[in-house]
Order: sequence, then structure tokens, then C-alpha cells
Amino acid sequence: MAYSDKLVDHYENPRNIGSLDKSSTSVGTGLVGAPACGDVMKLQIEVSDQGVIKEAKFKTFGCGAAIASSSLATEWLKGKNLDEAGEIKNTQIVEELALPPVKVHCSILAEDAIKAAIEDYKAKKDA
Amino acid sequence: MQALKKTIEESLANGQPIYLDYQATTPMDPRVLDAMMPYFTGKFGNPHSRNHSYGWEAEAAVDNAREQIGSLIGAQAKEIVFTSGATEANNIAIKGVAHFYGDKKNHIITCVTEHKCVLDSCRYLEQEGYEVTYLPVQKNGLVDLEELKAAITEKTCLVSIMAVNNEIGVVQPLKEIGQICRDNKVFFHTDAAQAVGKIALDVNEMNIDLLSISGHKIYGPKGIGALFVRRKPRVRLKSIISGGGQERGIRSGTLPTPLCVGLGEACEIAQNEMAQENLRLVTLRDRLMNKFKAELKDIYVNGDFDHRVPGNLNISFAYVEGESLMMAIKDLSVSSGSACTSASLEPSYVLRALGVDEELAHTSLRIGFGRFTTEEEVDYAADLIISHVMRLREMSPLWEMVQEGIDLKSIEWTGH
Repeated sequence: MAYSDKLVDHYENPRNIGSLDKSSTSVGTGLVGAPACGDVMKLQIEVSDQGVIKEAKFKTFGCGAAIASSSLATEWLKGKNLDEAGEIKNTQIVEELALPPVKVHCSILAEDAIKAAIEDYKAKKDA
Repeated sequence: MQALKKTIEESLANGQPIYLDYQATTPMDPRVLDAMMPYFTGKFGNPHSRNHSYGWEAEAAVDNAREQIGSLIGAQAKEIVFTSGATEANNIAIKGVAHFYGDKKNHIITCVTEHKCVLDSCRYLEQEGYEVTYLPVQKNGLVDLEELKAAITEKTCLVSIMAVNNEIGVVQPLKEIGQICRDNKVFFHTDAAQAVGKIALDVNEMNIDLLSISGHKIYGPKGIGALFVRRKPRVRLKSIISGGGQERGIRSGTLPTPLCVGLGEACEIAQNEMAQENLRLVTLRDRLMNKFKAELKDIYVNGDFDHRVPGNLNISFAYVEGESLMMAIKDLSVSSGSACTSASLEPSYVLRALGVDEELAHTSLRIGFGRFTTEEEVDYAADLIISHVMRLREMSPLWEMVQEGIDLKSIEWTGH
């Protein structure tokens, strides 16, 4: 499959791999996808008291496009507030990485992961 | 022959990854090319020309090739019909027998892990009203002989079971299947594209009535194959091609003499060198497997390890998705059962038929090696795969969860 240079770069040099302390109240964790479908993304954000994402980390089980999509998502998340983060759309990821049609679902998964991480953070805050 | 055994540096410098996909196709043996060359130019005659020496010369070459092919599988030269490849041979065998005997016997038995060309031929016949039984396979990829026996009815005309599976390399119990078929007076066809030249085959000892051969899987040319059609007891076929009646009327069309010569030569080389070559390949295979086992946990061989051709390893590296692994090891040409490598986004139907968990099917690699694979290449491949599996596992949320003691099956995943 022919991938764009940007995608290959994110795959070969993934940004922000790792894990944050999921028990911390300032950390939101999103875990989406399913092993049986061939892709699982875990995306975490650490949010400052001012509501700004100061750290984002991911781990992904999936194809090259899935790894690149989540890598890009973490890059975009840093420095955004939660409202801005929630506005990231999968289509922006598709465009940035020039995802082929069969890989669009990878970008949807990344958007889902962002939303799940924000929700998890908010749920913890409200608790 | 040494020319094909390149050093790793030479290959990679030329932008050529190390070739470990011998079940997809094989490079042609230079000795095969040598044998073919004269028949492209000087000896160009039509083997069906009866009136002059050009024709006789070509016919003699084609008949010699028939001898070479027959000899490898214990058949007579007259029983070999040239085709364009194993796909055509399988089509002729299955549709040909069904159409000839279909009035009285309209039932065919095959197996779920067959090559698509066998399965698709059977589907085609189903649309024409034939009955087809698709036998399941056991966890090791082999058919259950008792299930085969139970599936045979008075209406069964043909059993088509592949000799060696193209994805997982397992060898079916051909002799036992042949005996069951003979006892029940049912014809036995086997797609031996991956078996010829790799395992010992004898159509008489194994009671095989029809056997398909591919040229390019055995270091011969692409675009040529053959079908063995038994003469005693005679198997009759309805041809699917109309024409001049060549190849006993089974496959009309002028024979491509150079390709026939190439297939014959490839068979002769295989016959002479198979025993020795297999010993070498088993050593390479075990070397690779032992390296994996020493460095990696949670790896699973798909398909029976013992009943397998030596040049195939199909392994699932749990928690690492196959396509991403292939992207990482781009210095190696391998194949994967992962959905992401296929247009359909479905994981391999062969692995699923074995009952391999879908998540493990996504993590499989097929590593195929052969005549020109060197120990140096195997070592290079092993190190590269091991280091990238480790790296990708560090990136895998599944690996992390398992290391934390979480049972992945206990999680409610959000499939999509």
C-alpha cells in the first residue's frame, strides 16, 4: 500500500508514545477499537488546572495508518484546551496524512480516542 | 546458481528486499532458463506441426518435458496435460469431472482452506445446481478423515483436497484420502501447486486421479502448469476450452514450447535435489524458529508444525498487528494474514478456518524460504523481526495490558 511521506514519518518516528498515570485525576484515558478488528488505540491527555492539555501520550495496536493517526492526534492535542481538542475531526487527519480510502476508519478511531479521553477526564473531574 | 544467492548488502543496496515469500512465487532457476532459451528463437516450431522438422523438434521437447513432469509424481508422460497454471488445472479438473459425470453424480467434496480457484470453481458449480460439501479443518489445519468418509454419498463424483496449503504449509494426509476415495469409487483431485517438488508424491501409491501443478512455485516459469489426468482407471473430463483438440482434447491451444520445457526442467531438478534441499530448508526453518523462541514470548505457529513443508513458517506475534510489522521490516518481503494487508479488510479465511482467534489472525506473518535462501538471510530476518516485534509491543496497548495482568477477553471492546 502506498502511504504518504508524512504518514510513513509518523509511523517510523512516532511522537508521544507512552503512558500517563491513568489513576491521576488530571489524566483522561481513551481506549477504543477492538483486538478482533485489528486495531486498538489508547490515548491519554494530562490537563492543567487552567484546562489546557499539557501532555498527550498514545499506544496503538494496529496498522501503520492507525499508528500514524494516533501519533498525529497527540501532536495536535498538546497546548489545546478541551473545547478545541474536541473539535478535531477525523477528516483533518485524513487530509494531513493523505489516508487512502480503506484507511479512513483509522482516523475515525483516532477521533473517537480523543473524545473518549476528554470524556474520561471530565467524568473524573465531576466525580 | 550462485548468482541468485546475493549477499544481504548487495540486495539491499539494489533496493531489493530479502525475498522470503516463496509460497507466492519463486525465482526461476537459471538452469531452467538455460534449458528454455533455444526454444524461443532457433527451435521455435509449433509442436503440433506434423509436416516438418521444426514441429518434430518442438514436439520432442514437449514430450520430454512430459516425461520429466510425470517422473516426479510417478505418472506416465501421456497422463500429463499442459495448462497455463494451477488455477486453470484446478478449473479443468473440478468443472471437467463435474460436467462429465454430473448427470448421475452431482456432489463434490472439498475443504474450506482450499485455494480460491478451487473454492470459486465449486461455487460456480453450485450455481449450476451441483451439491458441494465444504469440509472444515481441525485446529492443525488438517481434514478429519472420518468427516470425509461421512460426507461421501452415492452422488459424490469428486473429492478435491489440496496437498499443501499455500498459507500455512500443512500437508494433508493424501494417501489416506486417496484410499478412502478409491474404496468409495470417487475420483480424487489434489491441488499440488505448493507440494510438487517439496514433498514426495506418487499418484499410484496415493491413489490420486487428478493432480494440479504450477510452474512458478517450483523455480520454473510463470504462465505454465500441468494437470495429471489418470488413464487407468480412466478419468473423463468435459473440456472447458473449445479448439483444435490438443492435449487429448482436454486443453486446446498451441503449447508454449519454451514454457513446457522450463516446467519439465524444473521438475527434473526438483526430483534430483529435493531430498537434499529439504534437509537444508528444515535446518533454516528450525534455526529461525529457535531464534524467535529464544527472544520472544507469546508467539504461535499456525498450522501443524510437523506435517508441514519445510519452507513455510506462519507465525502469529501476539499484540503486534501484521501490516505494521511488515512496514517495519521492509527489508524483508514476507506476507501477512492481517486484514489490513488485504483489499477486503478481512483477516485470512484460512487462519479463521483453523479457529485462530481473530486478534491473532491480525498478527500473523507468513515467512517462506527456498532454494536461494541463505543462512545469513535467515539470521538477518530473525534479528530484524525480533527487534521490531519488541519495539511494536512497547507501543501496543494490548501488550501493556497483558503485562499488567489484565485479561483482554474481560474487556468490553468497542468494535467498529
